[in-house]
Amino acid sequence: MWNAFFHRADYLAIKPEVLLTMFGLAVLLFDFLLEKRDKYLNAVLALIGLGFAAVQLGMFWPLLVGQLPYSGFGGTFTLDTFAVLAKLIIVLATAIVVLLSMKYLEIEGAHLGEYYALLLLSAVGMMFLVSGSDLIVLFIALELMALCEYVLTGFLRVNRKSNEAAVKFFLLGAFSSGLLLYGMSLLYGIGGSTKLSIIAQRLAERPSPDPLSWVAMITLLAGIFFKIAAVPFHQWTPDVYEGAPTSITAFISVAPKVASFAFFIRILIAALWPMRAEWQVLTIGVSIATMTLGNLAAITQTNIKRFFGYSTISHVGYLLLGLVAAADGNREGLTAIVIYLLVYAFMNLGAFSVVIVMRRKDLIGDEIDDLAGLMARAPGLAILMLIFLLSLAGIPPTAGFIGKYFIFLSLIETGHYYLAVLAVVYAVVALYYYFRIVVAMFMKKAPDTVPLATGPGVTVALGVAVAMTLLIGIYPQPFIMMAREAVRPFFS
Amino acid sequence: MLNQYGPIVIFAVIAAAFPVALLWLAKFVRPSFKPTPEKVMPYECGITPESDARGRYTVRFYVIAILFVIFDVETVYLYPWAVQYQALGLFGLVEMLVFLGILIIGYIWLWKRGALEWI
Repeated sequence: MWNAFFHRADYLAIKPEVLLTMFGLAVLLFDFLLEKRDKYLNAVLALIGLGFAAVQLGMFWPLLVGQLPYSGFGGTFTLDTFAVLAKLIIVLATAIVVLLSMKYLEIEGAHLGEYYALLLLSAVGMMFLVSGSDLIVLFIALELMALCEYVLTGFLRVNRKSNEAAVKFFLLGAFSSGLLLYGMSLLYGIGGSTKLSIIAQRLAERPSPDPLSWVAMITLLAGIFFKIAAVPFHQWTPDVYEGAPTSITAFISVAPKVASFAFFIRILIAALWPMRAEWQVLTIGVSIATMTLGNLAAITQTNIKRFFGYSTISHVGYLLLGLVAAADGNREGLTAIVIYLLVYAFMNLGAFSVVIVMRRKDLIGDEIDDLAGLMARAPGLAILMLIFLLSLAGIPPTAGFIGKYFIFLSLIETGHYYLAVLAVVYAVVALYYYFRIVVAMFMKKAPDTVPLATGPGVTVALGVAVAMTLLIGIYPQPFIMMAREAVRPFFS
Repeated sequence: MLNQYGPIVIFAVIAAAFPVALLWLAKFVRPSFKPTPEKVMPYECGITPESDARGRYTVRFYVIAILFVIFDVETVYLYPWAVQYQALGLFGLVEMLVFLGILIIGYIWLWKRGALEWI
């Protein structure tokens, strides 16, 4: 026996995380060996690490399809198809962000190895977050993810807005972690264990209605709602999005959302399933508020990063609708969330890639007017942006349509007609504000003809994002099968 | 209900009443307090204080304080392992070396970055 505590297979199960940690640390040291003009090699090293992790995750997938979840480290770490798919999305999103960052950081004059190391370590936190099935593991993973994000938000040290955003993010994040921890401690008090499955058993045994489990659930959910930027815990989102370096805005609008949603689903299904009637009511209220505020506030924004902040909030509202359906035991609800997250990651990163290209030495390029006349300056980029915006608005044949379609379908299957109608109405509002950017690109005059900051990294990122956005939209079948397989562990 | 919580209530009442009573009783024994500038001055080993204690000091102390906390926590982790060394055996040793390895990389990093220089 290798040791008395854990199986050897436990260590194989966390191999992608271990690899990413090692590469993150390697980037830290590798940075010292590089000349200033060779700093892009940091990004290359980070990409190699992400590639290894992705390959390893790809090898896990066929082993887990149709099988029982693997439970390691004394039941604190679960590896199932759901976790593997979420981790794959996280790794891919991080890789795209690394590609986006190379040129951008050079222009900002902040091209340091720490940036990539923090990105990788944040990804490690997210990967443990989607696999954790124990409150302690989940909390540590969440903090690892969040702490790296705070530092990355303030990475432009001489930029006031970046610093302000980081401090705001840190203070509010610390507060929300406190709420989350309060809920967790109550759950531990109820369950007598930090394991999600045991908590679910104890919750089921309690009489209903039970004020203690109500308080535990509400505080826990309030903490999670903050992390996913749901109303009324969304206030940090536009400020942080605006202040953070654009590449980091792209990162925190995608990867932590995927991880937090996976964590949210696991907590709700694995631990709070006995209280599904209660959290369904809460989720309905929050999703209506989130969709309303996100969609209506986005209309008036002039800064494109704030704009995407509110657009993210509205997407979170749609994602929460999938949970409403899932509370009725509808599998399609969770399938819809998984597909939506996959689609959302690529279309949002694609849109941010176009915004990043606007950054120049003398121009921040984050106002909607900075995109004016893009069709005349760079027709290719304008067309790509159009595809991403159509996808974000949910127009076929792009991927965004598939995501929204499954959400609406699950709502109708479970009889939440009024929610489905409301969501469709807001999709129309979304189309209006996304087309404000299209109008600026196609119908306004370009202010100048200075060439744009493209580079090999951004080109590859744009290529991957547009390919996935169109592929999922035109031929969704394999991705739907994957999503169905991913949610199977929750219903067996 | 009352049987179980009764003693706690009595305890709380006594706990609250005791200091109040003592302060009230002390009024009769202690010499009366007449403040003078010397008496209200902060005590600094008998010497007249030179300046306000809430002065501004350099931010570098914070860096040192943060570094101290990191290595302090490291020691805290090492203690339980050292106590249970026999029981944990080779597994514990390897785990601890991994942990120390990560910390050492951090140490090399901050050394190279110049966090230990007093500029």
